[in-house]
Amino acid sequence: MPVLKLPTPLRPYADGQSAIEVQGQNIAEALNDLIRQYPSLQKHLFSDAGTLRPFVNLFLGEEDVRHMQGVETELKADDVLRIIPSIAGGING
Amino acid sequence: MLEIANDLLDQIHTHLEAAHPEEGAGFLLGRADAARRVVTAILALPNAGVDSARHNRYLLTPKDMLRAEDEAERLGLDMIGVFHSHPDCPNLPSEFDRDWAMPWFSYIITRVDAGHAVSSRSWRLSDDRAKFDEEELQIISLAS
Repeated sequence: MPVLKLPTPLRPYADGQSAIEVQGQNIAEALNDLIRQYPSLQKHLFSDAGTLRPFVNLFLGEEDVRHMQGVETELKADDVLRIIPSIAGGING
Repeated sequence: MLEIANDLLDQIHTHLEAAHPEEGAGFLLGRADAARRVVTAILALPNAGVDSARHNRYLLTPKDMLRAEDEAERLGLDMIGVFHSHPDCPNLPSEFDRDWAMPWFSYIITRVDAGHAVSSRSWRLSDDRAKFDEEELQIISLAS
């Protein structure tokens, strides 16, 4: 089964785990399975409109999946998918 | 409550003053449990934002995040938060800060006026992402 690795600040919402086995033929299905297992991650990964929040980056191995087929990228049983956030902020305006 | 030694806070302020009038940023490393959060190291990093945005935005890339996770692991610590500056503006979280915030992390925001760090406050995103709650920033004085 593919494994999804979480960054430190999301682990408290997954019982403290850093790596979770997920089911899915592609990344979208794997993310859905992650949310099924740990529903409290939903609001931190997805906007109210259901799109991935802008700080969420997904890497398959060393590759940003935006440079592959995005969330439609197919997963193999031994794949390791990592969520690596961009950290950003700043004053208004 | 977030505890930080005065010399580490001084290091944060020095980095953010050097970045003025642009925003500066970096990671907080340390230990955290339900009762206590302690910063024991920092990782000051360049603002990866584009030239035209760094006056009011900071960016730490996924590569920066991986570097910080590796550094925390090497030191036997956890990543517990982020620090950044608000140049010539109050050290209150902005809507943009909230939109981009990670849960659980402590966010130290430092007001830097005319190149001088004025004050730092620490904030945490609420679980429903609706707001930031201030957490007490306790500065521990170490003998020099």
